[in-house]
Amino acid sequence: MIYLTRRAEFSASHYYHSPALSPEENRRLYGKCNNPHGHGHNYVLEVTVRGEIDPRSGMVVDLKQLKEVMAREVLNVLDHRFLNEEVPVFSHVIPTTENLAVEIWRMLVSKLLFCRLHRIRLYETPDLFVDYYGPEEAERTPVLPTEQKTAQPAKR
Amino acid sequence: MRKDLVHLTRRYWFSASHRLHNPVLPDGENQQIYGKCNNPGGHGHNYFVEVTVAGPVDSRTGMVVNLAELDAFAQTQILDRFDETSLNELPNFESSVPTTENLCVEIYRIFQAGWSQLPSARQARLERVRLEETSSNFFEYRGESPAPHL
Repeated sequence: MIYLTRRAEFSASHYYHSPALSPEENRRLYGKCNNPHGHGHNYVLEVTVRGEIDPRSGMVVDLKQLKEVMAREVLNVLDHRFLNEEVPVFSHVIPTTENLAVEIWRMLVSKLLFCRLHRIRLYETPDLFVDYYGPEEAERTPVLPTEQKTAQPAKR
Repeated sequence: MRKDLVHLTRRYWFSASHRLHNPVLPDGENQQIYGKCNNPGGHGHNYFVEVTVAGPVDSRTGMVVNLAELDAFAQTQILDRFDETSLNELPNFESSVPTTENLCVEIYRIFQAGWSQLPSARQARLERVRLEETSSNFFEYRGESPAPHL
């Protein structure tokens, strides 16, 4: 098994507002990200696929094909867009980087028939990124909250 | 409905000095093991620390963890504690050598011990602490019984 990662960039704007919360709660939770005029980022997207190396071509995936699918399915949809207003899914999903990574997975997974999608990594800034490994990961590794009982500073 | 599991990683940095020296070993052996890192005056690094939180995306907020909470915790518990310090002088390293391995584990333990101060991460877990000592060296710690590495 080998993993290949292709990187791409897009620029988009968004703001955070949850209809489940009051205006005051929205302001408190999201701070300046709640400004309805939005703000933008240069997002860096890394798409990782996995598979076996084709003995004839020496490749795990045709990179040109991967690049084309990423451009058509993701970049053309998201680049230079106001996510809340111009990308339909974000009319009812808050366009946090967490949700954006999950949506990018969904945009790609059914179109990447020639390889197996492994991970979406999305940088909002160089200091903040999220990873999504698809819906199967939650079944493989159920989230158990960090245990409090071992939370004493260790004596060494 | 099954909730999506997302890993969020936040990156911070601090500067600190250390000297690698184990007092239970003879001086010659310390020099042999640690080389120039055993220099009595110590030396410093800009450490970059990455903290990864794994959990479901809260459908009300769209978040795995509230970044303001995570940043505030990192500021008071990690950066204020370690930035511009000599690690050897800190209580954290009274009985261990402040190698980047031990510092990485220590930062993991501080986050784990204070997890209850991150109410927005109640459904999430501390997945990983990754600590860069230089651009060529980094260490990762996932706890004593980590989830399977993807």
